[in-house]
Amino acid sequence: MNAFRASLIPFWRNRVARLGTIILCLFILMAIVAPWISPYSPQDSNFSEMLSPTLAHPLGTTQDGHDVLSQLIYGTRVSLLVGFVAGLGTTLLSLLIGLLAGYMPGVVDEVLSYVTNVFLVLPALPLMIVLAAYAPVKGEYLIVIVIIVTSWSWGARVLRAQVTTLRTRDYVVAARFSGDGVMRIMFKEIFPNMMSLVAASFLGAAISAILGEAGLEFLGLGDPNINSWGTMLYWAQNSGAMLQGQWAWLAAPGLCIALLGTALVLMNFAVDELANPRLRRN
Amino acid sequence: MRHFLRRLIILLLTLWTTVTINFLIPRLMPGNPAEAMLAKFHGKGPMSPQALHSIEVMLGISSEGLLKQYSQYWVNVFHFNFGVSYTYFPYSVRHMIAQTLPWTLVLVGVTTVISFVVGTLLGILSAWRQGKIFSDMAITSLFTFTSSFPYFWFALLCAFFLSYVLNWFPLSGGNAGNMTPSLNFNFLASAAYHSILPALTILVSSIGGWQLGMRNNMLTALSEDYVTLAKARGLSEMRIALTYAARNAILPNMTGFAMSLGFIVGGSVLTELVFGYPGMGNLLYVAVQNEDFPLMQGIFLIIVICVVVANLAADIVNVFIDPRVRRAGE
Repeated sequence: MNAFRASLIPFWRNRVARLGTIILCLFILMAIVAPWISPYSPQDSNFSEMLSPTLAHPLGTTQDGHDVLSQLIYGTRVSLLVGFVAGLGTTLLSLLIGLLAGYMPGVVDEVLSYVTNVFLVLPALPLMIVLAAYAPVKGEYLIVIVIIVTSWSWGARVLRAQVTTLRTRDYVVAARFSGDGVMRIMFKEIFPNMMSLVAASFLGAAISAILGEAGLEFLGLGDPNINSWGTMLYWAQNSGAMLQGQWAWLAAPGLCIALLGTALVLMNFAVDELANPRLRRN
Repeated sequence: MRHFLRRLIILLLTLWTTVTINFLIPRLMPGNPAEAMLAKFHGKGPMSPQALHSIEVMLGISSEGLLKQYSQYWVNVFHFNFGVSYTYFPYSVRHMIAQTLPWTLVLVGVTTVISFVVGTLLGILSAWRQGKIFSDMAITSLFTFTSSFPYFWFALLCAFFLSYVLNWFPLSGGNAGNMTPSLNFNFLASAAYHSILPALTILVSSIGGWQLGMRNNMLTALSEDYVTLAKARGLSEMRIALTYAARNAILPNMTGFAMSLGFIVGGSVLTELVFGYPGMGNLLYVAVQNEDFPLMQGIFLIIVICVVVANLAADIVNVFIDPRVRRAGE
């Protein structure tokens, strides 16, 4: 628990990162207390359609008569969850591949590095679209998988480079000579020494996961019946919210995605400073 | 030279792998999208046996062995023969791509160059004047924000406020509806006018990456010993920033630029979709919407080939501008 607390301190000490942490916490809070702060149920479609913002509906209503504000508040849940899970999955996969490739020079490294390079070259969004289009079942699980498959490579390359410099350090050599197994050395000796790099690649992966999720949902490749920020934009676009003057419906979900993304970027400043002291301002 | 040869082999292997992946995706996916596709084609009208065959080869509906299919597939790839588009029947995929490509090349090509130049210059400025309110803090926070927001959303807002509410720009399309593409002034003016908002969106979403990357490289370079020495020698600030620090810091950005040239062909799917711009991104979207697998395969292959070639170009550029890369290979 102490180590966990200690790892959170940089996010608070750096003033820029603190702002990001606060925004992220507000979103998490919003996702948790959604049933209590949301004015209506997000499924409730008994209101007039395409209402402009009023006191009763601060962000207006949709083409089916849903309350936009309620959808926005509940949408936090799916957007946060998908972003978090996809970001975490991406990081775990890059960590696994990076550790293996970095610690095992020779055939394992050559093969894994080669696969990494192939995926680095493949353009992410078109690949995501093509994969999602061929898949027989659409939905949030598919989005998570597609994001993980298309975005692990960058992290894997960075982490591999770090491992190759760590594996010849004295304490790693000592551990090897005292008979520790490969897994133990990788996860007990090497992994703790690249925590800041792993944290940075998690934040980066989460940002691109949240943006990727929004993009795929906006293209209609998610489950349009699920309530998230991306699908809200999909419906706003496809039901002519623009031509009906529904600016709040268009603006609000995107603003939330932008704020969440910015919060994570700001938190990354703290990690950057840990990893690269030259960026620290005196 | 050895370094270069090694990279060349790796990239050729990459090209081979990606084309093979493209060959495998429709064959590995559960269900059989290809057969459903072919059934839909039958409703469209008569098709020549050759066209039918190339679709079968692209999508993997064939009684022939996998190896035979695979070699056929490569022959088709070399001939840019991807079969007939389902959506735009009876036009071939090649025809559709040839029609769409110029739009994307101009729009995304021009914006990529502008974005790189402006972003890199701003990055130099904000690293050089680190901590200054306007030239560093304001610019860097602005781009931190723009690099983390969904740019298609920005496109939606632009379309709404600037086109729909204020009526300053056309809402969608690549040129006024009654025109046919040709090289006269009226058409070019109309096309340029229609591309302002898409270009703006792409610029806003992409300048940030160049600026932030350049700023980071610059800060690292500025703390190197040779910069300190240059300061001690009393050289002018301008000269230190430009010919000492920036010259070295720009290397990763140059590589990135060469690679980003490859992404031009793919267009900007989300921007083109929002503005109904007749580019490759939009074509890919239409293909996905209509489950037009031949079109999708063709577009994806073209994108992948361009990206790999651009990577090769990036390597060549690197060998020329960075002596360390040259020496590493010797």
